[in-house]
Amino acid sequence: MLKMMAASKGLVTHGVSSCQGCGIELIIRNVLDVLGEDTVLVIPPGCAALFSGTGPEAAVKLAGIQGNLENSAAIASGIAAGFRHQGNEHTTVCAFCGDGATVDIGLQSLSGAMERNENILYICYDNEAYMNTGIQGSSSTPLGASTTTTPAGKPVGSKDLIQIVMAHGVPYAATASVADLGDLRRKVKKAKGIKGCRVLHIHCPCPTGWGYHSSKTIELAREGVDSGAWVLMEYENGRVKLGRRPSKLGHAEDYMKLQKRFRTAVGELTAQTNERIISRYEYLEKLERLGGE
Amino acid sequence: MNDNEYRVVWGKSGLYTLETSAWRTFRPQIDYSKCVGCGTCLLYCPLCCIGKADGRIVIDLSYCKGCGICREECPKQAIDWIKEAR
Repeated sequence: MLKMMAASKGLVTHGVSSCQGCGIELIIRNVLDVLGEDTVLVIPPGCAALFSGTGPEAAVKLAGIQGNLENSAAIASGIAAGFRHQGNEHTTVCAFCGDGATVDIGLQSLSGAMERNENILYICYDNEAYMNTGIQGSSSTPLGASTTTTPAGKPVGSKDLIQIVMAHGVPYAATASVADLGDLRRKVKKAKGIKGCRVLHIHCPCPTGWGYHSSKTIELAREGVDSGAWVLMEYENGRVKLGRRPSKLGHAEDYMKLQKRFRTAVGELTAQTNERIISRYEYLEKLERLGGE
Repeated sequence: MNDNEYRVVWGKSGLYTLETSAWRTFRPQIDYSKCVGCGTCLLYCPLCCIGKADGRIVIDLSYCKGCGICREECPKQAIDWIKEAR
């Protein structure tokens, strides 16, 4: 049995205009529940901007700023610098950005923040395309996925954000998924307690963009973890630690056939996806072994 | 949590939210003969519409968008799916 929380609905109100079955809503509620009130949010324009507010609507009961797609990490660095100047060491500065604002447009500012090891918590929810503007492909869109800019399926694979982050040698980085909220909350709590630049990369299924029924969000996230399409891992002090092992590694067909965006990805592309998944997982396992020695 | 504790000024007219219950085409209804009160639906509801009162799981339909995650994830299939009459 799970421990029941109070009737209080936390720091995010009801009535947010995110789609039915949206993974972001589940993520932001859990993240802010763990981070608590002593948090400043930086949200770029994207799906998460529904929470920082459009017009007179606002959904997050926290101080925050809605910046631009390219500078969320830079704004967060500035806020962290202000707090440092004030001698405030307790407030968490959290940037909550999508994959477009992280791996495409905002990569330079995130890279700078990671280089300077700014005291920020950077959370990237990854729904694998620009969902808010009408499902354009991003560099996080996986191989073979159909979007409005890649109607016949994306010909190339996605950027590996967690390895880009690891290459900067940040104190803490992790990937998480909505399929395992206990693990997600544990990682946010751990990241909150660490000083320096912390990056969380969270898999976030999107019913609208991926083309599946809104009730399947959690099932799909679980399928992604089981097939190895999404690897749960942690990177701390230069060491890689893999989370839950995929039970069906290299069998991404079950994960792909649930989604309409992979309808053009048949035969060769599925085999290529499986190959990529297996080689990436084997590489990460090697990294884990290196850290253990 | 008290409303006055927030650090942010909400503005004179308060904080606005949408009536998202109007989006629903189906509504969840708990079959209490099957429900064991495990709280899985409560954990996964993206809107936090599900709560616990008097030891029973209760769904607050005032904002429920009817996504169906609760029904899909219920280990006892205790949530019925009823078409909204309009």
